[in-house]
Order: sequence, then C-alpha cells, then structure tokens
Amino acid sequence: MDKTPGTSRPVRFRGGGFAPRPLGLVGALVFITIIILWELGSRTGVISALVLPAPSEAYVAFEELVRSGLLWKHLSASLQRLIIGWSSGALLGVLVGVAIALFSFARAGLVPLVSAIFPVPKIALLPLFIIWFGIGEGAKVATILFGTFFPTVIATYSGIDNLDRSLVRMGQSFGLSWFSIVRKIILPGALPAILSGFRISAAVAIILLVAAEMIGAEFGVGAYILMAGSLMATDQLIAGVAMLSCMGLTVAWLISRAEKYLLRWRR
Amino acid sequence: MDLNIQSLGHYYSDLEILRNINLDVPAGQIVAVIGPSGCGKSTLLRMIGGLEQPTSGAVLQVGETPNDSLNPLTYIFQDFALLPWRSVAGNISLVLEDHKLGSAEVDEIIENVLSRTKLGDFRDAFPHQLSGGMKQRVAIARALAVRPAVLLMDEPLSALDSQTHDLLMDDLIDLWMREKFTSVYVTHNLSEAVHLGHKVVVMSRRPGMITEVVDIDLALDTRKDHPELLIEYQQHLWNIMRDEVRAAELELVDG
Repeated sequence: MDKTPGTSRPVRFRGGGFAPRPLGLVGALVFITIIILWELGSRTGVISALVLPAPSEAYVAFEELVRSGLLWKHLSASLQRLIIGWSSGALLGVLVGVAIALFSFARAGLVPLVSAIFPVPKIALLPLFIIWFGIGEGAKVATILFGTFFPTVIATYSGIDNLDRSLVRMGQSFGLSWFSIVRKIILPGALPAILSGFRISAAVAIILLVAAEMIGAEFGVGAYILMAGSLMATDQLIAGVAMLSCMGLTVAWLISRAEKYLLRWRR
Repeated sequence: MDLNIQSLGHYYSDLEILRNINLDVPAGQIVAVIGPSGCGKSTLLRMIGGLEQPTSGAVLQVGETPNDSLNPLTYIFQDFALLPWRSVAGNISLVLEDHKLGSAEVDEIIENVLSRTKLGDFRDAFPHQLSGGMKQRVAIARALAVRPAVLLMDEPLSALDSQTHDLLMDDLIDLWMREKFTSVYVTHNLSEAVHLGHKVVVMSRRPGMITEVVDIDLALDTRKDHPELLIEYQQHLWNIMRDEVRAAELELVDG
C-alpha cells in the first residue's frame, strides 16, 4: 500500500456467511432473559398482576399441581393421546405418501383429496369425530391422527419425488426386487424429508391435542388450561402453557436426536 | 456370452433417437461407443442392459450366461450411484442381499472385491468421505461382486479429474488383463476409446446411427508403448466425428 499509494489495496472480502453455527447457550439465554425481565416487570409493577401474572406465581401454581398429584394425571392423559394419535397419523401418512409417490393411480386419486382436506381445520371436524368415535378418547385421538396424517403424506411423497432417480435405476440394474428398492433405496432416501415432516406434524399434534382436550376432557393439559381460563386463574394458565412449550421443546429435541442418528451419513 | 444387437431403433414420442443399430459384442472384448453428445449412446447402453425398451429391433444374449453370475449385465455409472447412507461394504452388500447367500459368503465376496480394487482400508467409510476416484472404485467393486458376464460402462471416468482419470483407466486396463471381461464402454473421450476399446463404434448425431466401426489390433497392455499409433487412431476417429460434433453442437438440446 505504502509503496504504490492509490494503486494497490487488499481485495475486499465478500465471502462467508450463509452457514449458521450451533450456539447452544444462546437459546437458553434468550429464555432466561425474557423470564427475568418479566419477573422484574411484575415485581416493580410495570406489568400489572391483572394483565399477566409473574413467572414466580405461575411456578407456585405449578408446584401446587405437583403437590396435589394432578400433574401426572393431566400429563399422562395428554401424552397418551399425543403418542397414539401422532404415531398412528405419522405411520399412515408415510404409507399413503409412499403409495402416492409410487403408484400413478394412488397419486391421481389421492393428491386432490389431500389438497382438499389438508386445509380444513381438524378441530372443526371434532363434533363429527365425537359422533363417529365417541366422546371419550376416540374423538381426541382421531383429531390428532387426522391433523398429523396430511403433513406427513405431503412430506413423504415430495421427499420421494425429489429422490435421485439414478439410485433407483442402479437398484433395478442390479436386479433388486421391487420391495428391496423401496426399503433400501427409496425410504432411506426420503428419510430427511420425512423427518422434517415429523417436526411439523408433531407441532400440529400438540396444537390439536389442546384444542381437542378443551372439548369434553376431564384430564389433560388442555383441560387444565381451559379450567384455569374459565376461573381467570392466569397463574395456572401460564403454568399450563409452559408445560405445552416444554412438550414442544422435548419433541423438537427428540427429533433432532433422531435426525443426528438416522442421518449420520450426511456430511 | 456374446451380445448381439439387431436393427435396433428407438423413438421418444415423435423424436427419432436411434436408427438401425447392428452391433456384435464378442465375449472377452471391450467395445467402445463414441459419438457427439445427444447421439443416443447412453440410451443404447440402457437398452443393452434392459433398463429401457427399444421401439424396434432387439438385444440378444448369445450363448449361455455363466452359472456363477449373479447379475450378468452389470452397469458402472458416470455418477457412481452409491447410496450415501451405506458404507463402502454396505453398498456392495446391497447388491448381494437379494441373492440368498450366507452372510459368510457375502463377507467373503466383499473382502475379495475390495482387495481387487485396492479398497481394503475403506470398508467402513461412507461415500461422502471418499474422493471421486475412490467412489468409482467402490462402484467397480460393487459391479465385480455380482460376477457380471458383461460390464456396461456409461462414461465411468467422465466425472473424475484428469489425474484420477488416468490412474483409473490404468486400473481398468489391469483389470481387463487379469479377468478378460466383456464390456460395452460408452464415452465421449477419444483417448479412453483408443486405450480401452478392442473396437470403437462411432455414432452419428441424432438419430444415432453407426457411422463406422474401427478395430484396434493392439493388446491393451502394450498400447501405452505405442503412443504414436494411438494418436493416429484418435486422429482418424476425430476426422470421422468432427463434422457431426459441430452440427450436434448447433442443435437445440431439447430438439
């Protein structure tokens, strides 16, 4: 620079970026900061107790729930519905998604049907489900099942559609059976898409769980929240919502673990 | 086992791709097929291996297929076609799993083909950990594992850098010297054709027809010692092809 002023300068760096690094602590820090600010706001009176209870009050409500032994009752009822509904919806979704991806007839017949029913809020169908499957567990599980089924179908068949056809041709060229090609080439190839579909369908499942439990359930996190809401017990309401968030976090974490293990072949 | 291609022709809807292809692939020889891009040489190869059906004509297998062959017509693809979620050994076992072999026999075959392709140390590596040349070696090992009667190679070296390309070409020559396999070798690289082909089939641009078949009467392992002869052959092939390539360049890709 000094030797030939004005004629030489370093090339401006314009690469980099577009590659997020994992920063595990930041996420936790965001949560903690928000909760601390909220607590401070409540204590100093900036946030009125009528508008929003302090996190500490919600925690007291939560402790009470634990002490009364009702926590486990609510949680186990919810988790049971969630697990049965989501896993059967996801399983059926993968099966139908594979059928749509592989058979012209299934594709022609089912894709319009999926497009027609996917946008219908499944909670609107709950009264029908109650007539069909009864007021008990059936209707709630069916709501979750239907809600998770459609996103899984779409994730599965679009995942298979995007699969590298040359791998299928390779399988055929080595004389692999149809079943082997589906099991060893098509399904593992579509697995990344199926797993991201699971992420979405799991969140949908939690939303529908609460909605379904708000109609005619004795126990369940949704029922607890509804009860708290009708009593204007906002501390309990916040405690219930926090439980839902924890469910969401747990599911997301479980799916991340599954991705890490099942997709370890990716770079 | 020989292959005999009889008056084969093919259309994609109204577009004529191949016209009246007649070709013999005698056992123990490498038949190189060259031609301008889009001349249908890869389509022809897919038909030879039964992955596509010609509109007219036929591909005939002449003579008995060897008894021990698990997959008589076996491909080696340009893009390697390895499953990224399976290790090197897993990719090879994939093509053996449908054959009801004992697990001991599968292991033995894998061990054997890995040592023949000098891949012994990479048994458990995943494809993304390997260079292009190593991936193609794995694909070759996988092809050898099913004891093919005919190797159908679709531009197997085209995706490699030029040094790896030369090394792998030498490996293919060594392999042929040891095993005298039968092969149809599709390429657009004239140097590969004259190094590996016992005969070189030159195809015209679309619709692909055979313009000329050039026999190269030189043992594969001595060809390196006669670069001047190879260059002569190469020049001859280029003279046949040049105008076709130029005309093909000017055509729209999708016709």
